[in-house]
Amino acid sequence: MEFLKINHLKVYYPIRGGFFRRVVSQVKAVDDISFELRQGETYGLVGESGCGKTTTGRTIIGLNKATSGEILFEGKDLAQLSRREFHQYRKDIQMIFQDPYSSLNPRKRVLDIIAEPIRNYERLSPGEEKKKVQFYIEKVGLNPESIAKYPHEFSGGQRQRIGIARALTLKPKLIIADEPVSALDVSVQAQVLNFMKDIQKEFQLTYLFISHDLGIIRHMCDRIGIMYRGQFVEEGTSEDIYTNPQHIYTKRLISAIPDMNPANREKQLLLRKEVHAEYKHSYGQYFNAEGKSYPLKPISATHSVALP
Amino acid sequence: MNSKPLLEIQNLRTSFRIQDHYFAAVDNVTLTVNENEVVAIVGESGCGKSALALSIMGLHPQERTKLEGNISFRGNNLLSLTVPELNKIRGKEIGMIFQDPLTALNPLMTCGKQIEESMTYHTNLSKSEKKAKAIELLKKVGITTPERTYKQYPHELSGGMRQRVVIAIAIACDPLLLIADEPTTALDVTIQAQIMDLLKELQHQMKTGIILITHDLGVVAEMADRVAVMYAGEIVELANVHTLFSNPLHPYTRSLFNSIPSSASSKERLHVIEGVVPSLQNLPRKGCRFKDRIQWLDEHEHEENPVLREISPNHFVRCTCYQNFYFPETGIGDGNNGISKN
Repeated sequence: MEFLKINHLKVYYPIRGGFFRRVVSQVKAVDDISFELRQGETYGLVGESGCGKTTTGRTIIGLNKATSGEILFEGKDLAQLSRREFHQYRKDIQMIFQDPYSSLNPRKRVLDIIAEPIRNYERLSPGEEKKKVQFYIEKVGLNPESIAKYPHEFSGGQRQRIGIARALTLKPKLIIADEPVSALDVSVQAQVLNFMKDIQKEFQLTYLFISHDLGIIRHMCDRIGIMYRGQFVEEGTSEDIYTNPQHIYTKRLISAIPDMNPANREKQLLLRKEVHAEYKHSYGQYFNAEGKSYPLKPISATHSVALP
Repeated sequence: MNSKPLLEIQNLRTSFRIQDHYFAAVDNVTLTVNENEVVAIVGESGCGKSALALSIMGLHPQERTKLEGNISFRGNNLLSLTVPELNKIRGKEIGMIFQDPLTALNPLMTCGKQIEESMTYHTNLSKSEKKAKAIELLKKVGITTPERTYKQYPHELSGGMRQRVVIAIAIACDPLLLIADEPTTALDVTIQAQIMDLLKELQHQMKTGIILITHDLGVVAEMADRVAVMYAGEIVELANVHTLFSNPLHPYTRSLFNSIPSSASSKERLHVIEGVVPSLQNLPRKGCRFKDRIQWLDEHEHEENPVLREISPNHFVRCTCYQNFYFPETGIGDGNNGISKN
């Protein structure tokens, strides 16, 4: 049984208009995607803004409603569950949000922020609760006394770790990390990324890592899915994607990563021009008449590409 | 290269008043920018790079800011000019690209009108000439439907398009110097690549000097000619881009290199710089400012009054602590960063 399997997931948003606010059209934020996560791995979801990667994450955790398709978490289809039935699965799936400045309630103490999920699921005495919160706050490397403080008293990296502590309290199996470090400075990024790797080992977590930063994705992820306009265009291991990209969109993304060697500057510029020309020239080969990509086809045991 | 630099900053100190005391956010910075040269200023947030850019433009609130030193732009000291005199220069000879394209644009004005605005101040073009020039500028920054974009409002455009409009405004009067404050930070990689290529092209075409402020070393590697690394208001290392990437010396520069995930060191742990960038009030004013974040290094490795010293031709490093610097973790950090070994 797969740990998490997404089958033909579609999430459409209605566009309403006219006198009766009737549905006149739809935005296909996620348009028929299928992938699976194995226990203990880090799966990266990459794409430009607006490609549907965040919507995918939010739908898995139940913050968005799936239009159709299945989300099989340990064999159970989360998309079909009612709110009440979903409740017990919610604690196995937690989320780390993008912006540590807006994802923590400024009027709550750290204790209340981290204890909130515990209060939803467990009945603990205030003393036990405090002990548990202190355990997790120390796990994320913050001072146990900081539980009486408010979010504004912390720096960005510390806040993000408070968010991680909150996600850990219910011993989740899957963590969806939506751009967890893009709001942070490079050195703080390093701190949070290292830390996420440590707790992954310690708590045997599976990550769905959503990001547009290809350098970070490469550093963190075992397998990667590339999304474009709500669909997958390529999926494979880090190795497959970075050294042997097949789809033109993936090539374009990879060529856009700045080269850290200033001597390669001209070469990089030429490469980008080439890829761009190829992108324009062979667009029709990779996308159909409506601008949609084709279904994924395996080209090796681990690597699939959306080719006609 | 031109004998006289375009911009010469000498011993610039920008101090802000906080509760009746002045604190220097930019401290003793000396930097030159030549024609047709890209100078990158790198550092984490809070290290004074944006404060430096705004000092050049004179955009700090005057009643709370004290500027000392000299900023000479083609022979004029910008700090001694009155506001009307400064207004003749900024927007015309010095253009600025702001970080966040959504807040930099006026939501109530069409893009075309915003591009024309600086032409209205600085040139005597007629209405139709201005419109023609605005459309030409939009075309120049790579917008495929310039006539349409001219009439559109900022909210109708995507992030990359908005940033292009911001660039079009900055280059509307053919500036000699362009200050780009994190021009690509809010953008996706593919658009970032396009904007970088666009800026380089503009530089070649118009021989503009560019000050590029960024925290992204990848962008620096692709664009800059010279790099100044700033920490806590001071320049800690200044070198040619090739020198800096192949032989970074200052502990802060090396720590920055080690903290980014790179293809060379994929599955290793990243280096974490201990502690945080000190706030303006708590900035150590004596000795090496980076000392607290590399505490494993012996006290006597640091200089008492660190100066920016020329170590090899055109390679400046502050403080002596770089000489015996090492990373405490094993595995990474010996020698250089493993990024640009070839």
